[in-house]
Amino acid sequence: MTSDRQAAPAGGRIELRSVTKRYGRERVVDAVSALIQPGEFFSLLGPSGSGKTTTLMMIAGFADIDEGSVWVDAQDLSSSPPQRRGFGMVFQNYAIFPHLDVFENVAFPLRARRLPEAEIRTRVQAALELVRLDRFADRFSRQLSGGQQQRVAIARAIVFQPRVVLMDEPLGALDKNLRYQMQVEIKQIQRRLGMTVVYVTHDQEEAMNMSDRIAIMNNGRIEQVGEPAFIYENPSNEFVARFLGEANLVKGVVDSVDGPFGLLRLASGQRLRARVAASSAWQAGEAASFFIRPERLVLISDAQAPAHETQTEQLRGKVLRTSFLGNILRHDVEVDDAAVMTVDEPNASGRAPVAAGDRVCIAWRSQDAVFLKA
Amino acid sequence: MASKRAVADGSWLIAPALALLVLGFIGPMVLFFARTLISQGGLPELAALVTKVVTSEAVTTALIKTQWIALLVTLAVLLISYPLAYYMANRSGLKFTLVLFCIIVPYFTSIIVRTYAWMVLLGRNGLINQTLTSLGWITEPLELLYTETAVVIGMVYVLLPYMVLTLYAAMKSIDPSLMRAARGLGAGPFYVFRRVYFPLSLHGVISGSLIVFILAIGFFITPALMGGPSDVMIAMLIERAVEITLDWPGAAVMSLVLLAVTLALYAVYYRVTDVRRMMGA
Repeated sequence: MTSDRQAAPAGGRIELRSVTKRYGRERVVDAVSALIQPGEFFSLLGPSGSGKTTTLMMIAGFADIDEGSVWVDAQDLSSSPPQRRGFGMVFQNYAIFPHLDVFENVAFPLRARRLPEAEIRTRVQAALELVRLDRFADRFSRQLSGGQQQRVAIARAIVFQPRVVLMDEPLGALDKNLRYQMQVEIKQIQRRLGMTVVYVTHDQEEAMNMSDRIAIMNNGRIEQVGEPAFIYENPSNEFVARFLGEANLVKGVVDSVDGPFGLLRLASGQRLRARVAASSAWQAGEAASFFIRPERLVLISDAQAPAHETQTEQLRGKVLRTSFLGNILRHDVEVDDAAVMTVDEPNASGRAPVAAGDRVCIAWRSQDAVFLKA
Repeated sequence: MASKRAVADGSWLIAPALALLVLGFIGPMVLFFARTLISQGGLPELAALVTKVVTSEAVTTALIKTQWIALLVTLAVLLISYPLAYYMANRSGLKFTLVLFCIIVPYFTSIIVRTYAWMVLLGRNGLINQTLTSLGWITEPLELLYTETAVVIGMVYVLLPYMVLTLYAAMKSIDPSLMRAARGLGAGPFYVFRRVYFPLSLHGVISGSLIVFILAIGFFITPALMGGPSDVMIAMLIERAVEITLDWPGAAVMSLVLLAVTLALYAVYYRVTDVRRMMGA
C-alpha cells in the first residue's frame, strides 16, 4: 500500500558541537561533535557507559548540556525543553500509556498539538496502517505483545511527521528473530518517510543492518564515524575493531612500510604483510597491531599450503578448539608465537574436517589485513 | 482429615487472629444485634422500630451531618495530600525521610492527645487567638473551637496519613518514563499532568478518598470533643443512646445503618483496588 505514503518532512539536519555532559568530575560525554544529514539513519553504537544514551538524551532535551550545543536546521535547541524540540521519540521500554488504548496513544502527540479531531483520525489511521496495527486500535498495551507495543511506540513517534526521530535501544527487549524483523520494518518506514533517525544501540549487527552511518562511542567520545561496511573493514583502532564484530589482533613492531603495504614483525621473528591506512603515518620500530576479520582467514591443511594461489600470506599453527555455530564453524588456532587467531569457516558442504590438535596453515590476502596503532 | 489438611496447608497460622475476630468482634456484635432486636418481638414490630429510628429527626440530621463532614474532610485531606504525596514520590534521601517522619509520627500518637493539642491551639484563649490579639488583628477572640470547622480541622489532621500513604503508593507505581515519553512527544508540563500523571494516580485518589470517608463517618472522639452542640455525628448519637438514654434497640438499628453504609463503601473500595491489580499498575 503506497497510498498512505506521507510527505517527506523538510529538514532534519542535526549538528552536535562539542557536546559535553559531566557528572561530578567525570565527563560522561566528552566534546562530542557530529553532523547528521537530513534523512540519514545515524546510529550511536557503544558498550554500556559509553555515553551514547546520554548523548541522545541531550539531543532530546532530557539531559542538560554542560558544554557545547545542539543545532537542528540552523537553530540552536540547546536550551529548549523537550516538548519544544519537535522530535519523535521511541524508548527502550516502549513507554506506552497504560490507561490509553492504541488509538489514543498514537493520537497523543497530535492532541498535545491541538489538531482538529478529523485530522487526528486520518493521521492516526495512516500511522497504524503503516505499522500494520490498524486492527488493534482499541486494544490496551497489556493486551499486546512486545513487538506490537514497539509498533505502537513507532507509530506514536512518526504520527506528527517529525523531521527527526530519536530511538533509544528500541529493540532491546525483543527476542532475536523479532528484532531482525523489526529492524527491517523500522528501516523501511524511515526510508519511506525520509526522516532523520538518531538510533542508540549496543548491538553492532543491528547498527550495521540499519544505519547509513555509525558513530562508535567509548568513554564518552566518538572513536570513529562512517558507513558500516567501511568501519568494519577499516577500524581506526583496536576498540572499534573489537566492538564491531570478531577481530584478530596480533601485536608486533613495524618492520618496514612500502607504499600501501607494510610488514609487521612478531615476537617470533615472523613478518606479516598488511595494508597501512593512508591517513596514518608509520615509522619502523613502532608498536602496532595486525588486524584481520576471522572470515577473511582461510584454513588450509599443511600439505596443500604451497599450492594455494589466491592467498598470499600464511601462518602455521595448531587447532586449539572448534565451535559449531550453525552457519559457521569457528576455529581457534594457536599460531607460532603463542598468539591465538580465530578463523571462521562457512558451514559449506564438502569441506575437509578439522579437529582440535590438527596442524594447519592459516592463509589470507594481504589487502584484507590492516595495521592498527597499538 | 480436615484438621490434618489445615496443618498441612498452614491454615492454622491464621487461627489465633480468626479466634480473636470471632470471639471479640463478630460474636458480641451478632449477640448485641440479635438480643436487642429479637426482644422487640416479631418482624412487624422490628420493621416499625427501624422505620421509627431511621426517620427520626435526630438520626436523619446526624446522618446528613456525618456525611457532610466526612465529605468536607475527604476533600480537604485530598487537596492537602496530593501535592504532599507528589513531593514524596519525587524525592529521595533526607527530604523524603523528613516528610515521611512528620507524617508517620503523629500517626503513632493517641487520637485524644492530638485532639487536645488542637483544642489548645483553637480554644478561646488558645495560641491562635492569643497571637492574633497580640498582633492587634482582632479585638475579640474568634470562635474557633466547638464549630464544624474545628471538627473538620481535627479530623483532617488525624486522617491525613491514610490519604498521603495511599497516594504515595499509587504515585510511586507510575513509571516515570511515561512522563518523559509524553514530554518527548510534545506535551507541556500541564498537559502531561492532566493527560498522563493524574489519570494514572486516579486509582489512588479513589482508594484514598474511600478509606478516609469510611473512617470519617465512624468518627467519635474528635467531633465529640471539638464540635458544637449542632455537630452531632452518627457515632455520637449511638454512644448517647447506649450511655445516656439507654435506648439499646435504637442504638442497634443506628449501628446497623452505619455498618451497612461502611460495608457498601468498602465494597466499592474493594472493586477499585481490584481494578488496580488488573491494570498491573
